[in-house]
Amino acid sequence: MLEWIYTISFYAFSLMLVMSALGVLFLRNIFHAGLSLLFALFVMAGMFILLGAEFVAGIQVLVYVGAIAVLILFAVMLTQRIADTKVKRYTRALFPGLLVGLGLIAVAFLMIGNMNGLGFSEFTPGDMVPGIGRLLLSQYLLPFELISLLLLGALVGAIVLATKEGKEKKEEE
Amino acid sequence: MIILPTHFIGVALIIFIIGLVVVIARRNTIAILMGVELMLNAVNLIFLAFNKMYGGMELSGQVFAIFIIAVAAAEAIVGLALILAIYRSIGTVDVDQLTELRG
Repeated sequence: MLEWIYTISFYAFSLMLVMSALGVLFLRNIFHAGLSLLFALFVMAGMFILLGAEFVAGIQVLVYVGAIAVLILFAVMLTQRIADTKVKRYTRALFPGLLVGLGLIAVAFLMIGNMNGLGFSEFTPGDMVPGIGRLLLSQYLLPFELISLLLLGALVGAIVLATKEGKEKKEEE
Repeated sequence: MIILPTHFIGVALIIFIIGLVVVIARRNTIAILMGVELMLNAVNLIFLAFNKMYGGMELSGQVFAIFIIAVAAAEAIVGLALILAIYRSIGTVDVDQLTELRG
């Protein structure tokens, strides 16, 4: 019974995921594409839960859906006339890009066909968050600290890039 | 019907390739950033699928997924700040019109 629900939800999630990703590609209005991306990121969190990674799913909802998608929507509102549908959507590379995509999907499925028969490991760790915390502060301590440096650099860089012009104007005045 | 890791990997590859086509074909720079986010997310899905597949007590795949999410956040912040700066100085975010550096 439980396996049945798992299968149904896997297929439902993957259908929603692929449809909303295609929405990012094909929707004319860039704001709608952003909303489609938000939905795709949310469904991706559901896929993470299906893979037994509840903590990563929570982080995904907090960081991607809560921060990045909203940031992207704000950037759309700051740079675009939202209702403007006369703007061209694609560069000249649309048809080469679609061909490359279809070819890559074919190659990917040939590769997956050779991977058959691999199953999930039966044993799942019971306490996930303490384990992740222990790994972050022992085996992955250096990357963890580097990530904090990277985030600080990105924060300062974003502030510098986004406010530069305002400062210059003030100096001119 | 049992769901295997290959199913998850197949979905992740489809999402990755859709993101790649978005990056190649879309005209708007913000849409290109959206494609990059889709690609990063697909990679996360592959990491978690392999973690569940070979995992046991090991949680390294999940730790890497968290690292990728943090790097993606930094990338999105800096990318959007750059796009805003470009929009302020040139007045468009259309990649076909951003030809300032063409010789």
